[in-house]
Amino acid sequence: MTEPDAFPRAPRSLSVQYSGVAELRGPLLVVRGVSGVGWDEFATVGTTAEGAGPAPRHGVVLEVDRDLAVVQVLEGTEGLALDSTWISFSGEPLRIPVGPDWLGRTCNGRGDPIDGGPPIFGVHDAPVAGYPLNPGRRDPPADPVLTGISAIDAFTTLVRGQKLPVFSSAGLPHLELAAQIAAQSTAGVEPFCVIFAGMGLTHADADAVRATLDERSAAGELLLLVNTADDPVLERILTPRIALTVAEHLAFELDRHVLVVLADMTSYAEALREVSAARGEMPGRRTYPGYLYSDLASLYERCGRIRGKTGSVTVLPVLTMPAGDITHPVPDLTGYITEGQIVLSADVHARGIYPPVDPLASLSRLMRRGAGPGRTRKDHLDLAAQTLAALARARQVRELAEIVGASALNATDQLYLHFAADFEQRLVDQLRGERRDLDQTLDRCWDVLTVLPARELTMLPSGMVEAHTRKGR
Amino acid sequence: MDSRVAAGPAGAPAGRVIRVNGPLVEIEGLAGVAMSELVGLGTQGLPAEVVAIRGRSVSVQAYEYTGGLAAGQPVTAWGRPLSAQLGPELLGGIFDGLLRPLGAAPTWLDPSARRSETHRTWNWQPMLTEGVTVSEGAVLGAVPDAGGLDYRVLVPPGVSGRLDRIAAAGTYAAEDPVAAVAGCLVGFSTQWPVRRARPVRERIYTEEPLLTGQRVLDALFPLALGSSAGVPGGFGTGKTMLLQQIAKWCTADVIVYVGCGERGNEMADVLTDLADLVDPRTGRRLAERTVIIANTSNMPIMARETSIYTGVTVAEHFRDMGYHAIVIADSTSRWAEALREFSSRSGALPAEEGYPAALPSALAAFYERAGRVVTLGGVEASVTIIGAVSPPGGDVTEPVTAHTQRFVRALWNLDHELAYARHYPAVAWSGSFSRDAEQLGVWYSRNGDPEWVGRRARLTSLLAEADRLGDLADLVGAGSLPGHERVVLLAGRLLREGVLQQNGLSANDAHCSAEKTAALIDTVFAVLDDCESLIDDGVAAAEIEEIDYSPLMRAAQETPPDGVDGVAERRERMLAVLAGLR
Ligand SMILES: Nc1ncnc2c1ncn2[C@@H]1O[C@H](COP(=O)(O)OP(=O)(O)OP(=O)(O)O)[C@@H](O)[C@H]1O
Ligand SMILES: [Mg+2]
Repeated sequence: MTEPDAFPRAPRSLSVQYSGVAELRGPLLVVRGVSGVGWDEFATVGTTAEGAGPAPRHGVVLEVDRDLAVVQVLEGTEGLALDSTWISFSGEPLRIPVGPDWLGRTCNGRGDPIDGGPPIFGVHDAPVAGYPLNPGRRDPPADPVLTGISAIDAFTTLVRGQKLPVFSSAGLPHLELAAQIAAQSTAGVEPFCVIFAGMGLTHADADAVRATLDERSAAGELLLLVNTADDPVLERILTPRIALTVAEHLAFELDRHVLVVLADMTSYAEALREVSAARGEMPGRRTYPGYLYSDLASLYERCGRIRGKTGSVTVLPVLTMPAGDITHPVPDLTGYITEGQIVLSADVHARGIYPPVDPLASLSRLMRRGAGPGRTRKDHLDLAAQTLAALARARQVRELAEIVGASALNATDQLYLHFAADFEQRLVDQLRGERRDLDQTLDRCWDVLTVLPARELTMLPSGMVEAHTRKGR
Repeated sequence: MDSRVAAGPAGAPAGRVIRVNGPLVEIEGLAGVAMSELVGLGTQGLPAEVVAIRGRSVSVQAYEYTGGLAAGQPVTAWGRPLSAQLGPELLGGIFDGLLRPLGAAPTWLDPSARRSETHRTWNWQPMLTEGVTVSEGAVLGAVPDAGGLDYRVLVPPGVSGRLDRIAAAGTYAAEDPVAAVAGCLVGFSTQWPVRRARPVRERIYTEEPLLTGQRVLDALFPLALGSSAGVPGGFGTGKTMLLQQIAKWCTADVIVYVGCGERGNEMADVLTDLADLVDPRTGRRLAERTVIIANTSNMPIMARETSIYTGVTVAEHFRDMGYHAIVIADSTSRWAEALREFSSRSGALPAEEGYPAALPSALAAFYERAGRVVTLGGVEASVTIIGAVSPPGGDVTEPVTAHTQRFVRALWNLDHELAYARHYPAVAWSGSFSRDAEQLGVWYSRNGDPEWVGRRARLTSLLAEADRLGDLADLVGAGSLPGHERVVLLAGRLLREGVLQQNGLSANDAHCSAEKTAALIDTVFAVLDDCESLIDDGVAAAEIEEIDYSPLMRAAQETPPDGVDGVAERRERMLAVLAGLR
């Protein structure tokens, strides 16, 4: 019955152990006779009974009422009994050590190493809840994080300091895509690292992610946190917070560009719902708690840049839309917080294209700050806008062709159909380990676009088409 | 703690915390506290407001994160309601939901961190002489260099009598008094309880347009000074872009932009944009006529609840100086969610979708603070309110959207289909409304644009007709419609793409003068009239459709914001091409 190993910190001098557990209900534990326990304090829970499951366990104070504290036990209350359970409070909200030691490590969803390595020590420690960043000190996001994925880099450029989610559905390869992005993204030549927080992953998925990320982890550029589907559900409430706390330190004290991948946020939201239900709270839309927006925002808003500092935190949440429904609270509220979205489509997937991105439904609201002259390439924004416009036109032509038959289309419309097919096969489609640099991506984009006659490319400044065709020769 | 909310009277009765549940805190032993009074929680003195009193027990809502707050910790009553400190430093500044300056706050908003105190001085220009008799609302003097406009110091509401003393012109510390009226000291700043509307002499109902610079609004769903508008739309439909455009280009004197539970990056954006833009009126920075209140989604939730009241109070303060002020709140849904979260924690009986039963009356009370008035000082001025609404799942039957529609004068519905097709601003022409339009028509006919009413009527009916024919064409093919209907379809497209769409990212097109808007619409009408007569003369519709209309479609983007001449020139060119078909 010592301090938990995961969070090394000076033990509180007057740490009292309480054993007056009055109630155990779902993930909640109610203890009586406490004094001086603060709201949102971190607690350690143990049992004197033999073989009663995980020990010690960890908890967070959800409410204090006179001498009574309601604690949410992250590992669940299974196996605990009233008279053999004890609890001690840390005297403050949960803090974790922060520092470069996290890089290269693999931990569970609570931040305990599971790679057989030594405990993680930090430069100092920081509260996992973080502090809100003063909006007056923010620097607007700028410059790209290059993912090496053509469909993303070309049309929904990820910008340093942005939050850009991947909206997917069950059965689509979003986890592969997330892992590939984590494995191969860069911030040009600037110091860059990745934190991948897996939540509710199956063991098979977790292993696949680990395999994809192995190399980058070995290079000391990546922290992997994995909460698997059979790990304690409530632990997932901590996982993204640990990831972001470590990220903020790396970015704003150690001047790195940090990409935080959070997969899958739908599993995270389910954990939140479980606590809410156990507390008997009034459920909100589709039984999710009414504070889901604020809770998700407390995570996603931790991305950004700060005036006068060189680092950045970029957040890429991945979520599955239950039954493909974009109005489901998790994608809907995520969409209300994030700055755009990358949408994966079952139709594109069915055509055998990887990654199955639907560029017309996707948008990076901050793209202008991350791409174009001085950031990526001079022709990037115009080329992207023209290609998307042509794609929208091609989609209309395809609908028309379904009514009148492809043979009834005029020659230009036929070219549009040809363009749409080329677009998917030669530009979007790529191998799972393939990293395309931006020049390759944009050159391919030119190749597929110039299937269309120059007179159709009215959105490109005059001269740009000629310049490109000359270059191609 | 910051002095403007902290520091209660010494020796006030000490209470104790007995229960903490997030921002809901119960305390005991504070005999005599009143509803809406502020208290300081714990040794740090976290600000909180009294929201319920039951016998000995008092419930408060905390305006900071309450982590670590424990039962038994001390509470002090501060003896005054939640108030905003209203002073010349507001212009050009950024503040949190309690109106504490964020410029003086640290990078990370740790409630226990100290905020630096600023010691500013202001230039004072007295406008009255000692010994005169003054009444409430009278202008005592001005601070000429506070920002993009004269900041005026007024006799406070409820005070009148002899001007005992008035400071000579000169430079004074921000906290110095500059006048004394009937024994009451008056300084540069004043305090006002944010939940109470500042008094006026009377409301007036003459209407005059507040131009937004957005064509679809000014031509179809116009807003009057002192009016109110709701902007509902699902995520990504363009609410923030639209509100930011209005903040930059509307004709109000003072702009209060409230970021209520939205993104930090957007606040950084508004700040940098406004700091870069030159104010066409003064040649100074546009930011100097703007007050930004930022309570982003990750900042304490109950301060989000107060931020919209703080915003209106600031606007009323400038209104009382005789200005037209506008409050732009993005998004009122986040404010409503804060209400809901708190009421569910305090165990109140929920009404629709968990919102408190008082939601409709709270919304009504908020929008009622808009209005055109005669101030206590006897001048005409106004507060206009525009609030974004973010309906969950884009469902406009949800309570916040449904009730907002009841209380606003104009509704600008942002349509998901339009936004998806990149038609911005995605204001739907069916489903939006303006209850000011009729009165404003009268104003326009008296003020140089008698055609405004007819133009709007024709625009409305053409758009509806083009929509109806478009649906028909989808079924039977456009080619099988009669010529007259085909040119209506064409006109619909010209109106949508050449007039209603407006690119917020283009320097020429981000805003548009009323004259240019009128010229663009009239050009489409003229083209349509010529097309109709060509059809009458037997010209084939296909021939008319083949013409390159891009000079017209690009007129908005390729001529300056007040480029009436450029539009006229393109109009002549288009009509000449059409004449060539005869
Ligand atoms: N007038 C406009 N001109 C050009 N682009 C626009 C315009 N309005 C909106 N957009 C595009 O739509 C995107 C989303 O707009 P905006 O951020 O205003 O949406 P929103 O309704 O506020 O969404 P949320 O509810 O998520 O805050 C912008 O980033 C921009 O790409
Ligand atoms: Mg917005």
